[in-house]
Amino acid sequence: MSRTDHSLSIAESHSGTLDGVQRIALTLAALGVLLLIVSIPMTTIPLPWLWIAVAFGLSTLGTAIYVQRLYAHKPAGIKNDGVWHSGLSARGASGWVLAIVLTGFYVLLYFFPELLGLGKDGATNQGIVALFDPLSHALSGKAASEWFVYGTLYTFAILIMGAKFIAKHRSDRYQVIRTCSVMFFQLGFAFLIPELLQRLNYPYHNFANMWPLNYYFFDEWNVKSLLDSGGFGLFVLFSGLAMIFLISPVLTYFYGKRWFCSWVCGCGGLAETAGDPFRQLSDKGLKAWKVERWLVHSVLVFVVVMTAAVVWSYLGEGSGFFVTRGMLSGILALVLGALAIVALVRPSMLKELKGTPRWAIAGVLGTLVLIAVSAYIGGRQQLFFMESYPLRQWYGFLIGATFSGVIGVGFYPLMGSRVWCRFGCPMAAILGLQQRFFSRFRITTNGGQCISCGNCSTYCEMGIDVRSYAQRGENIVRASCVGCGICASVCPRGVLKLENGKVQGRVKNAPLHIGPEGVTLEH
Amino acid sequence: MRQIVIIGNGISGITAARHIRKQSDDAITVISGESAHFFSRTALMYIYMGHMRYQDTKPYEDHFWVKNRIDLVEGRVQHVDVETKRLLLEDERAVPFDVLIIATGSVTNKFGWPGQDLPGVQGLYSLQDLELMEQNTKGISRAVIVGGGLIGVEMAEMLLSRKIAVTFLVREEWFWSGVLPREEAEMIGRHLRTHGVDLRLGSELDSILPDANGHVRAIRTKSGEEIDCQFVGLTAGVSPNIAWLKNSTGIATDKGVLVNEYLETEVPGIYAIGDCAQFRSHPDPERKSIEQVWYTGRMMGETVAQTVTGQRTTYDPGIWFNSAKFFDIEYQTYGWVRNTLREDEAAHYWEHPNGCMAIHFAWKRADRRFSGVNVFGIRLRHEVFDRWLRSGVTVDHVIDHLHDAQFDPEFFTRYEPMIAASFRSITKQPA
Repeated sequence: MSRTDHSLSIAESHSGTLDGVQRIALTLAALGVLLLIVSIPMTTIPLPWLWIAVAFGLSTLGTAIYVQRLYAHKPAGIKNDGVWHSGLSARGASGWVLAIVLTGFYVLLYFFPELLGLGKDGATNQGIVALFDPLSHALSGKAASEWFVYGTLYTFAILIMGAKFIAKHRSDRYQVIRTCSVMFFQLGFAFLIPELLQRLNYPYHNFANMWPLNYYFFDEWNVKSLLDSGGFGLFVLFSGLAMIFLISPVLTYFYGKRWFCSWVCGCGGLAETAGDPFRQLSDKGLKAWKVERWLVHSVLVFVVVMTAAVVWSYLGEGSGFFVTRGMLSGILALVLGALAIVALVRPSMLKELKGTPRWAIAGVLGTLVLIAVSAYIGGRQQLFFMESYPLRQWYGFLIGATFSGVIGVGFYPLMGSRVWCRFGCPMAAILGLQQRFFSRFRITTNGGQCISCGNCSTYCEMGIDVRSYAQRGENIVRASCVGCGICASVCPRGVLKLENGKVQGRVKNAPLHIGPEGVTLEH
Repeated sequence: MRQIVIIGNGISGITAARHIRKQSDDAITVISGESAHFFSRTALMYIYMGHMRYQDTKPYEDHFWVKNRIDLVEGRVQHVDVETKRLLLEDERAVPFDVLIIATGSVTNKFGWPGQDLPGVQGLYSLQDLELMEQNTKGISRAVIVGGGLIGVEMAEMLLSRKIAVTFLVREEWFWSGVLPREEAEMIGRHLRTHGVDLRLGSELDSILPDANGHVRAIRTKSGEEIDCQFVGLTAGVSPNIAWLKNSTGIATDKGVLVNEYLETEVPGIYAIGDCAQFRSHPDPERKSIEQVWYTGRMMGETVAQTVTGQRTTYDPGIWFNSAKFFDIEYQTYGWVRNTLREDEAAHYWEHPNGCMAIHFAWKRADRRFSGVNVFGIRLRHEVFDRWLRSGVTVDHVIDHLHDAQFDPEFFTRYEPMIAASFRSITKQPA
């Protein structure tokens, strides 16, 4: 095959040439970022308010001018020209450089925060953490931590790249509204409200997040701090439980997992905005799908076992908690009973279970059974012969930090924007199992109109081979689909539509390929 | 076990191969001189524009063919020996067959214009054409496209994505006039101009002029105007790719390989499908004897697979449908809205003031039976229109139930009320 392979090109392509104004705009934005970087090694920051205002101001201004020049003069429509010609978005040299820089930043953030200037054991902050001290004081009344710096930058990235995404997809109201939603939840629920809660001496809490993504929710320190915070703490505790057991299953039933993954979640929010230029880099192959199913469901089993072990370790006689191990076992027995009833009422659900989902559910249920059994044996300090503390430590290191942070965002320019959501997020795994087996959501295929062009598969950030369904006239009902709607956007023939409808019969769709008597061949 | 050989790995040939495999254990070989694997021809433009890479346009992963025991042979056939049932490839290889399916697609039309074979002048049909276009358009600034159809619009969009100025010569009074009624064609024309296409209607190519090196330098129109350009795209349609069959006696051809309604040639065991097939008499008299459409190619592949595996099946494509995209405007059609209304037909056209949406209904005057719809910038449900057209509902039923056929994404503005109001305000008088 003698086709020119553009994917390793370093330079911007013919189609991606920048005009003078765009070059200046990008320079301004880069200066803003540079101001943040040079603050890292500094011991004291002169005029931190001015410094930070100029840094964010330049970045915002530069990006705004760049985006304006990029999209304003063009009619609204799909804007993917040159995506595979640019090194940045096609895994070229600049893409690799960005990946290394991002990964390096995450390594510093998670494992060496003092190199960013974090003052340990009450010492005053230096460097970039000190740069954010005034802002942190204004919001929470406390000095900044490395997480405050990260949260601010993260929110800034979602807002500014969200605005770019909206400009790019302005012809598509689903995309515009959905992006406003992730920007709102990031700014309000994930950033401002938790900071303000601290100012009011309440525990830090993001109401839009939940276990197992929020894997510390059931940690002893968190539960204790909530119980110590009076009525508010109880509200958080019960709203957290309601999110897990009531709100999220109900919303997922009606709308699919997209209500969380691409409308609310912060990880999804970053992927959909800052990660948008990289969505085409996800692997669409069958092998990747296999790896994905084993990996994401393994993380789910891991988090359930870890949480069960942690909770187990602090419940019990004299622990001061109202809930005892016996009661926990009782609740688990009720959950198991409810699942058994569902299985009896809808045996078809069991038949549909194949492959890794079956093992994942078996793993989770097995864990629950083990806990129930352990409750009767009683009195053990260990659950499943494992100490809970190291298990918790390893989860935090492997999954919480390395997978979701370092790899999850650092690998955007290499493996696409949803590496974490696809391969690692236990929340996505739970919602996905529900979406696959008990939800009204599906992507409908429009009869026989598919031309197999491949835009849908290419731009699916979750690596779903959408085309393989669309060209058979089959609806797409996949556990991993986050319902971002880009496949429907980029389809040149109007073949795909995200819909909620009857659960039954949502997978198969009558094919429309052939004559009136309907030789229905496609099965 | 029979040896089934398919010449051509486009949508027709590959669909045939897949469906034969579903129903039989015969040996299947697919021969192609174009590409090692099946790719989506409709996606060629997206490779050039950088939306996708070549490998992204392959609908099946490479392991699919091994798993399904479909042998892929790269090469071009130069002779079919009907007597001994053997193919001879250009590289002298011989391939025996028991069943032969010809699915060689199309070639670009050239109408004998002076200069049509100069360097820098080309059509766009094959992967090789795309590679050529990549070379021919490197570093150039001006192009002329000749022929007002779908490939022409695609080419204009491709060139503009590389900031190459485009002059688009359309011989007829309006764009794609062989298919579209004037109203929507004019809307598309305005949309092309919004994108910066220099659209010249009623303008015909006279000759293509070379520079000192023999490369294209300009074109001259019939009215004598010269337009400078470094590239000329010939997009005045395609015709069956059957030149390679010239030396093979026994298989009757006209413009294409002649077939009956079962897609059979006169030679038992030899079939032709897709763009290269020509019906002696089409099973659906409303349709042309040569159908050069992705969807019909796919249907012919499905049909011939039935016949080859023992269930002789008439090609019956059902209700006509098609789709395209003109820059940002998607187009779908169900049933027939002809470029010129027939005597017994009535029609209603609605266009949104934004000039990016339109819908055109046609129906029979006598009984108001709905006969078809052209729709632009709005997505409609294939299944619903297919049902309506089969069951013969009235146009009034379609207007009243347009909501059921809505396929636009969530949160999009619904235009059914505007469309219905416009329809009622104009067609109040009794039929």
